Amino acid sequence: MTRTSRPRRTATRWLSGAAFLGPGLIYLIVLMLIPLALVLGYTVFQRGRFGGIVYEFTTENFARLIDPLYLDVVLDSLKLATITTVIALLLGYPTAYVIANLPRKWKTIALVAVVLPFWTSFIIRMYALTILMSGPGLINSLLGTEFELLYNEGAIVVGLLYSYLPLMVLPLYSSIERLDPQLLEASANLGASRATTFRRVTLPLTLPGAMTGALFVFVPSFGNFVIPELLGGGKSLMVGNLIQTEFLKARDWPFGSTLALALIAVLLVLLLVQARVARRA
Amino acid sequence: MFRTRFTRRLPAAVAVAGLALAAAACGGESSNNSAASAPATTAAQLNPQADLSKQSVTITVWDGYTPKELPEKAKAALKISNIEIGLHDTNEKAMAKLTASGDSGVDVAFVSGQYAQALNDAGLLEPIHPELIPNLANLYPEATQLSYDKGNKFSVPYTWGTTGLCYRKDLLKATPTSWNDLLNPPAEAVKKVTMMTTERWLALPAIKALGLSVNTDKDEDIAKVKELLLKAKPNLLGYDDLTFGEKLKSGEAVMVEAWDGWCPTSEKNIGWVVPKEGSDLWVDTMVIMKSSKNKEAAHALINYILDPEIHSWAAANIGYKVPNKAAMDKVEIPAGSLLGITPAELLQGESIIDLGEAATKYTRLASEVAAQQ
Repeated sequence: MTRTSRPRRTATRWLSGAAFLGPGLIYLIVLMLIPLALVLGYTVFQRGRFGGIVYEFTTENFARLIDPLYLDVVLDSLKLATITTVIALLLGYPTAYVIANLPRKWKTIALVAVVLPFWTSFIIRMYALTILMSGPGLINSLLGTEFELLYNEGAIVVGLLYSYLPLMVLPLYSSIERLDPQLLEASANLGASRATTFRRVTLPLTLPGAMTGALFVFVPSFGNFVIPELLGGGKSLMVGNLIQTEFLKARDWPFGSTLALALIAVLLVLLLVQARVARRA
Repeated sequence: MFRTRFTRRLPAAVAVAGLALAAAACGGESSNNSAASAPATTAAQLNPQADLSKQSVTITVWDGYTPKELPEKAKAALKISNIEIGLHDTNEKAMAKLTASGDSGVDVAFVSGQYAQALNDAGLLEPIHPELIPNLANLYPEATQLSYDKGNKFSVPYTWGTTGLCYRKDLLKATPTSWNDLLNPPAEAVKKVTMMTTERWLALPAIKALGLSVNTDKDEDIAKVKELLLKAKPNLLGYDDLTFGEKLKSGEAVMVEAWDGWCPTSEKNIGWVVPKEGSDLWVDTMVIMKSSKNKEAAHALINYILDPEIHSWAAANIGYKVPNKAAMDKVEIPAGSLLGITPAELLQGESIIDLGEAATKYTRLASEVAAQQ
């Protein structure tokens, strides 16, 4: 009886699996994998004078990657994204810790407050920041000062941090919240101080959450091109700006693709590191 | 009025002029590869009596650059079956659309002069058939002698203007006169000036301050330009193509590099000057794609836009000068408005042309200047 019905059950399982997964998979394949394959393919061809691709093989695009101009831009982006991520971690960890230990009702309110900025358009929030920080802007006129808050790399970090801090808080919150309180009690029973408990128990167990958060902040920061333009006043270039310039202004799709590939490669390495840390924990 | 003139004049004029022009086009000047590689469509082969109701025109244009009711009105006036408007926000996006493989589906495109030239070099443009556009006669004579397309062979100018300094009269001690006032600003303007981000205009102040041509592609010239731009960078508020007018109004900036149409001279404290070293002349044009299957309707539409009634809209509503004398004569020009700049004054500016492969030098220059900390 069971033996005969098994094939049918697998078939229905396949069917329902396909029904549930299908739309998502098609979406991913059409909008993610195919464009990605195109980007990969473009890297070995030459640019057409008016954009597009001339299908003649070349490795020149990769050679151009080590041009000091582009290397500097990549390093500068790495620097800005790293600073942003570290500050986000320092600000986000205590925030997530406090939220995780709030009474249930307040927890919900606090979490809604964290994601609230996402309910408004990103561009509008960035313009709001320029109004706040500009020379004759709100901060300077309230304080009666003339700080140069805008149009420098500090302003870029402020913008990136403001945009992506929630992405740090949320995964940290979920990993801190899942922490078994009995483990902390056990640690205390065995004579560990609160600092030691935090260092030896809490921190290692929430590290995967921290890594996920760091990745969520680092990845969009590294490739951002809107914030350097709006808050950085166009005076700094990040990899995202460079890619945008190559595609839209220089009409050099192959090199733009190569830069995009380099960006993806850096991020893949980070993902692998994160995956390894997560597995060990 | 325009409608009757258009339909009555057309058939007779075309039979003669069309043949004459076709002969001229095939003979003398058309040494460029577009005419040579695709002789299939010459002037004589467009049918002036084509039934426009069987044609529909797709346009690509900057948002807000033509009157909103244009498609409806033109459709009714010309009896074209349908007019579809697509939008692009930069020349580069338009180029991407128009040069993508095969038929872009676009019949009429609005692009800047140097891009029209590039499209024509690529053999993508239909020569303009003047006999189908009698309203070309409305253009200023100067507008037929633009360096990227002398004689309007493949493009029809829609708007034109120049680049200069837009400044706050009340916040600057002296009226700026030179590009050097931007590159090396007076004390009250330090960190309160902006320059543009788009390559050719990013380079323009330094190019002109050095007395070079806006179309230079010599490496040693570009190196000098880069040096000057890097020296100017610490004194800048930022690079800005879009919101410099706002920054000027708020006092965040006191002097900005600006296109004339974008300088808010309607504010009483804002002034405008074309620096003494000279500037550029930019032109936004209308072109017809060679791939268009609706060329007669496309010509009819351009002719319709050149009607003073329609063409004056751009000057009256978006503050761009139009190279159409009949249209400008209709526009009331408020005192101090930059619409008052005459064609003769405009033509003192050097017209930007497409530099082909050398264009990448300017892209690199812009990246180098922006990346420098």
